[in-house]
Amino acid sequence: MRVGVVTFPGSLDDADARRAVRIGGHEAVALWHGDADLHGVDAVVLPGGFSYGDYLRCGAISRFAPVMSQVIEAAGKGMPVLGICNGFQVLCESHLLPGALIRNDHRKFVCRDQRLRVENARTAWTHTYDEGAEITIVLKNGEGGFVADAATLERIEGEGQVVVRYLGNPNGSMNDIAGITNAAGNVVGLMPHPEHSVEALTGSGTDGLGFFASLAERTLA
Amino acid sequence: MPRVVVAVMPKPEILDPQGKAVHGALPRLGFTGVSDVRQGKRFELQVDGEVTDAVLAEVHQMAEKLLSNPVIEDYSVHVEDA
Repeated sequence: MRVGVVTFPGSLDDADARRAVRIGGHEAVALWHGDADLHGVDAVVLPGGFSYGDYLRCGAISRFAPVMSQVIEAAGKGMPVLGICNGFQVLCESHLLPGALIRNDHRKFVCRDQRLRVENARTAWTHTYDEGAEITIVLKNGEGGFVADAATLERIEGEGQVVVRYLGNPNGSMNDIAGITNAAGNVVGLMPHPEHSVEALTGSGTDGLGFFASLAERTLA
Repeated sequence: MPRVVVAVMPKPEILDPQGKAVHGALPRLGFTGVSDVRQGKRFELQVDGEVTDAVLAEVHQMAEKLLSNPVIEDYSVHVEDA
């Protein structure tokens, strides 16, 4: 599949995301934030970083980048979209995913290998995992606290929209939520960074690879 | 020149780590008697011409669309004379 990776001004992990896409067995296509065209890609990754300097709120200005109008439209039609860290914040600001991300409750930046439990292996991005599987991938953020109002939280728990949950909550996220999906299961956002955990040489393991390999499995299914 | 001010605050039920940090620093500087601090944002919008109801309505749209995130923040709008 052709998987687009958007570069916003201030994106940091776009090159790593493109590399992870290739290791996952796909063709990586670089997409530019100012270009309102998806260049025929089959899926999109919004990478981590500090898009538009994280000014206003993380992801708030990126949400109005020309490329995002196309991403939002395509996501509505079922195109798989994965938002990682800052990308997750962009998806929440875009209302493609519910809730919001606020500063970590302890006010410190977190950078560590994080244990997670896969709660939903039925999304476009998590098919290769076993439901309930415990994985370790990199976590690094300062504003990773997931919040939502009580009704929204009850809905996403009830509908199985929690994709990954922290084992040992690193930032005060409600219900230990590390990542969620939309009702259709094509849009997934998570704070930890699977793209940094795809090669044994440069990471603590390869547990993140499943996010990128899942796309192909879905096509075969 | 009239100025429209949009004040954005974290919702009361949302944790405000920035406010907490400021609140923690006050007693260390000898300022006691403050039981809580919430930190928000202030936007000063310089507008062309009169501040009409239509202008204010548009500022509300700006506040809802971009300046605040209704999931975690509330906002208020008022006019100041510069």
